[in-house]
Amino acid sequence: MDILYKIFLDPFVQMGAAPDLLVQTLWEGLVAGVLYSLIALGFVLIFKASGVFNFAQGIMVVFAALTLVGLHAHGVPAFLALALTIAVMYGLAFSVERFVLRPLINQPDIILFMATFGLTYFLIGLGELVFGGDPKVMISDQLLLPRGAYEVKMLGGFVQFQKIDIAAAVIAAIMVAGLAIFFQKTRIGRALRAVADSHKAALSVGISLEYIWVIVWFAAGIVALATGIMWGARSNVSFALQIIALKALPVLILGGFTSIPGAIVGGVIIGVGEKFGEFYWGPLLGSGIESWLAYMIALVFLLFRPQGLFGERIIERI
Amino acid sequence: MFYREAGQYKTNYIADQAVFPILQDRIGIIAILAIAYLVVPFAASNFTIDSVLVPLLVWSLATIGLNLLTGYTGLLSLGTGGFMGVGAFACYKLTLAFPDANIILLILCSGFFAAAIGAVFGLPSLRIKGFYLAVATLAAQFFLSWCFIRIPWLYDYNISASIEVPTRSVFGIPVTGPTASSGTRYIVVLSIVVLMTWIASNLVRGRFGRMWMAVRDMDIAAELIGIRLYQTKLLAFAVSSFYCGVAGAMMTFLWLGNAESESFSINTSFLVLFMVIIGGLGSLMGSFFGAALIYGLPIVLRFLPGVFGLSVHAATVEHVQFMIVGALIIVFLIAEPNGLARLWQIAKQKLRVWPFPY
Repeated sequence: MDILYKIFLDPFVQMGAAPDLLVQTLWEGLVAGVLYSLIALGFVLIFKASGVFNFAQGIMVVFAALTLVGLHAHGVPAFLALALTIAVMYGLAFSVERFVLRPLINQPDIILFMATFGLTYFLIGLGELVFGGDPKVMISDQLLLPRGAYEVKMLGGFVQFQKIDIAAAVIAAIMVAGLAIFFQKTRIGRALRAVADSHKAALSVGISLEYIWVIVWFAAGIVALATGIMWGARSNVSFALQIIALKALPVLILGGFTSIPGAIVGGVIIGVGEKFGEFYWGPLLGSGIESWLAYMIALVFLLFRPQGLFGERIIERI
Repeated sequence: MFYREAGQYKTNYIADQAVFPILQDRIGIIAILAIAYLVVPFAASNFTIDSVLVPLLVWSLATIGLNLLTGYTGLLSLGTGGFMGVGAFACYKLTLAFPDANIILLILCSGFFAAAIGAVFGLPSLRIKGFYLAVATLAAQFFLSWCFIRIPWLYDYNISASIEVPTRSVFGIPVTGPTASSGTRYIVVLSIVVLMTWIASNLVRGRFGRMWMAVRDMDIAAELIGIRLYQTKLLAFAVSSFYCGVAGAMMTFLWLGNAESESFSINTSFLVLFMVIIGGLGSLMGSFFGAALIYGLPIVLRFLPGVFGLSVHAATVEHVQFMIVGALIIVFLIAEPNGLARLWQIAKQKLRVWPFPY
């Protein structure tokens, strides 16, 4: 009886008793969710266009952030470093297409998945070799990112909104809007959608797969850079980020591998669910449930909707 | 010339269904086993046994386990590390509960605990498949990892949150713990691996294996010809986890001598998946090759600079090693996506028709 009380009643009483804390938890969940969404977005872009489950997205985030910080540390002005990093991400996209994807055309999905594992190892080694393994501070001031926090008085208490978090949310919104316009309105965007629907049909109307793949990996690289800057500004830039990127996986299965809105909504659900679980139900189970709670939430959703919230309906034929 | 089955007539079904139907293969396997049992324990140094041969066999068994699931049944799993951990911790609790029981039996029994947990976490496979399932099995991995840290009962309330392997003897010879000799442990590991590989090879050739492969090739079609998907998939999860659990128990008891949550982390899962894919999906032979390559590669790379007389900074070596392993995986996948098992088949075919090209 006591345990039921603790699970079903206690947390809600707490929520009611301290509404300001509730809002704070909600906000932190939202922000974490936005960052998960950004990583998931990179996955979705690549999966949609090439059917590759890109395990290397997490390390791409780290690599992009490291390149940016590393260039700045060598005396390159912040915004020039940003431009150069974008160029590096283009180079990465080009090399991945040329040396990994092209020779592996027509191979089963699992082989391509493995190849991105190889890529992950390669990038970890390269990143540590060039920039060193120690955590670095993101150059948020030089990039004109705000710092500090707003304290808002509400519900009989104070709720703190970090400015960097607000900036992250805004940038994420801009990026998603930009991607949506890019996908819907531009010539390349249409080609991308055609490739996503069917590689063969796209080829037959004269769309170059190779070119499209470079574009999507480049787009995923830019998303990775944005994620890296935001996440780096919140904590710092280190290889631990790569592990955090695994958190984007439940977001993906929740939202569906092929859906951009799914990545956003899934991210928010996972982020908020995780923070609530940790804050209100965590003490019951002992701390650290954050590490698996997200997966469990996603798993429960999956049992009801196997293709994710927004995934395309799975039609199976013999 | 030497490797040719011409003239080997089979006159009964038993001969036709033998594990090794070709005489040369039989001679080969007997020779390998003879060397492994009679020569290696006396010829190899303790270092070679402890840090090369025993780990190799343990990883091979885990790889066979995952291969049964991923290679034969087509279900991608990233929870291998967790299932290995279940085996290890179950074995530890069993040795505490039954201090006088035969340790080899306990190691094998701990597989059943892993099998039960594996079947539970295999339940989502009834609804979801492909990469969705892979991510769902990550839930198992992270949840189990968390359990290994947060449930002190599992490691007997040890302050360091790790398990220390107690000394246990079989027929008066210490098999586990600090007093056991490398040779004894090697023989035990080898015997378990040989036995379980033999069982696996019969499983995959028999009814269950055929059911698994039908599910792998197309599950709806398999369902239409009367294979019960639920039971088949869950059985695959259970058997696979059994193998992984035994591998985990051996890893702790016969190789490392202690274990903590970190030994069974997500990286272990990835490592075993590497071995499966590099070795060849759906090949028991390939599991051994894959384990040898992935486990051996870093060792070779570590010693390589020394061989050429180069002195490189240790950290640099590690980073370059990461890069080389990553690049080699990609190169290897491009060169032979079907894994080392396929190369082995090609070699055998070449040998068969030698000296003619075909």
